[in-house]
Amino acid sequence: MAVERPRDLLAAIGGVPVAVTELVVEATDVHKYFGRLHVLKGVSMTVRRQEVVVVIGASGSGKTTFIRCVNHLEKIQQGRISVNGHLIGYRDVKGRLVEDRERNIAKQRQEIGMVFQRFNLFPHKTALENITEAPIHVRGVPVDEAVETGKALLARVGLSAKADVYPTQLSGGQQQRVAIARALAMKPALMLFDEPTSALDPEMIGEVLEVMKELAREGMTMIVVTHEMGFAREVADRVVMMDDGQIIEEGTPEHFFTSPTHERTKSFLSKIL
Amino acid sequence: MSDARRAGSGSMPRPARGLAVAFLLAIVLAGCAGQSRAPFRFDTDVFTHALFSPDSQILNGLWLTVVISVVSQVIGILLGIFGALGRMSRRAPFRLIANFYIWVFRGTPLLVQLVFFFFGLGAAHIYDWPAINLLGLSIPGEIQAGIFALGLNEGAYMSEIVRAGIISIDAGQMEAAKSLGMTFGLGMRRIVLPQAARIIVPPLGNEFNNMLKTTSLLFVIGVQELYTTFSIKQSQNFQPFEMYLACALWFLLLTTIWSVIQAYIERRLGKGVAGASTGGRSLRDRMFGKRGPVEPSLVSGGR
Repeated sequence: MAVERPRDLLAAIGGVPVAVTELVVEATDVHKYFGRLHVLKGVSMTVRRQEVVVVIGASGSGKTTFIRCVNHLEKIQQGRISVNGHLIGYRDVKGRLVEDRERNIAKQRQEIGMVFQRFNLFPHKTALENITEAPIHVRGVPVDEAVETGKALLARVGLSAKADVYPTQLSGGQQQRVAIARALAMKPALMLFDEPTSALDPEMIGEVLEVMKELAREGMTMIVVTHEMGFAREVADRVVMMDDGQIIEEGTPEHFFTSPTHERTKSFLSKIL
Repeated sequence: MSDARRAGSGSMPRPARGLAVAFLLAIVLAGCAGQSRAPFRFDTDVFTHALFSPDSQILNGLWLTVVISVVSQVIGILLGIFGALGRMSRRAPFRLIANFYIWVFRGTPLLVQLVFFFFGLGAAHIYDWPAINLLGLSIPGEIQAGIFALGLNEGAYMSEIVRAGIISIDAGQMEAAKSLGMTFGLGMRRIVLPQAARIIVPPLGNEFNNMLKTTSLLFVIGVQELYTTFSIKQSQNFQPFEMYLACALWFLLLTTIWSVIQAYIERRLGKGVAGASTGGRSLRDRMFGKRGPVEPSLVSGGR
C-alpha cells in the first residue's frame, strides 16, 4: 500500500511553533530513582531549536524514562530540566527545587507534544475528536477552528477519510499517525517520540516514519527514542547513546555508523543494524 | 394407674406441660376453624383494580418509589465517584475519610442506618428532620431521611464499583491526557470517567435494580412508598394475597422498565469499543453465529 507522502504538516497549525529560546531543552545532571533503583545517573542534554535528537540504547538504559522526565510524567530527584525557558515540573524556591503546582505543570506540558509507543488514543472518541479534544478543552480554541485545524492535520497525515472513525477501527500505523496529529494540534515547541514504531507491524513502520521525517524537515524540534537507525541517518542532527542511566556517547549519525568509540555502542549497533 | 399419672406429671415440668396442652388446643381449634372457613376465592376484581386502574394512593406510592430511588441513586453515584477518587488519592487524609465512610456504611445494616438517622438523630435532638419546601413542594422529614440513608449507603457500594471502573482503564490514557496539558481533574472528567462509565454500567444496573426494591425498607420510618401503600391496603381489606401479589408485580414492572433503559444506555456507551453492540456484530453473533463479513462491519460501524 503506497502511502501518500505527508506534506506541509506544520502549515496546518500555522507554521513552525515558535520556541522562545535558542535552547529548547536544557537538562542538567538529571537523577531519577524508582525506589532504590537508580535509573538516571546524571543525564545532561541540550536540544537546540529545530534540532532532531535521536536517543538509542538497550532496553533498561533509561532512554524512555529520560524523555518521560522531560514533560514531567516522571518526577526527578536531582538536577533540572528546562523546556522553552521554563523549568519543568519544579519551582526554584531559594535554590531548592519544589514540585510545581499541578496547573502550572499542565500548562508547561501544552508546549510539549508526546507520542507514545502504544499510541494511547482515546478509544471513546473519533480520530478527529482525539485531535480536537485538547485544543478545545485545554486551550479554549473555538470548536469550528479546532475542527478545521484537526481536519487539515488529518489530511496531511493521509487520513482525511478516517475523521469519523474510532481508533479501534484503525490499523496501528493509522492510529500512530492520528496520535502525531493529536500532539501537533497543541502547536508544541517540542515533540517527544517514545519508541513510536516499536509496537507496529513491520509494514506499517514506514508510514509513521514518513510523517516523522517530514516533521523533522519542516523544522520541528524533536527528541526521538527509537531503534530505527535508517531514520536517524536520514534526519537526525545528533544521536545520543544511553547505557545504564547515562549518556555514554554522542555525535552525528555518521559518527555512529562509521566510527563509534564506546564498546557498548559498538556491540549495541552490531545487534540492531 | 395413679402411679403412672404421678410419674408422668413428675417427669414433665409445669411450663412444658402447659405448652403441650396449648399446642394440642391450637391444633383442635385450627381444625375447627378450617372447617368453618370459606374456601379461598381469589378476588380478581380487587387484584385487577390494583394493577390496571390503580387509585391515587398506589400511584402516589409508585411515584415516591421511583423518585426516591432515582434521587438516592444519583447521590450514590456522586458519592461513589468521590469515594473512589478518595480511596485512590495520593493524600492520606482523603484516603482515610473515604475508607472510613465505606467501612461504616458497608459494614452496618441499611435498616439500622434508616432508623438511626430518622429516629435516632431526632431523639438526640441532633436533627429533627423538619419538612422542607423545595420549589413549592413540601418534602416530609421521613422522605429526606430515607433519601439521606439510601444515598449514603449506596455511595459506599458505588465507590467500589467506580474504583473498579477507573482502575480498569489503561494508565496510558491519563498519561496521554496529561501530555496534552490536561490537569488530573480534566483528564478524569473528559477521558477516564467516560471510558470507565461503560464498565460501571452493568453493575450500576444491578445497584439500581436493588435500589428500586430496597425502598420498601422505608416502611419502617413511615414513608408511604409502593410497598407501604399495599401493606396498608391489605390491612384494610384483609386480602393480603391479592395485594401483595399486585405489589410484587408493580415492582417487577419497575425493574423491567429499568432493564430496558439499561440496555439502551449500554448500547450508547458502546461506541468506539471493538465488538460493542453499536458497531459490527453482537456478542451472540460473534460467539455462536456464523463468521460474519468483517470488513463491512469495520467500515460501517461506529456511530
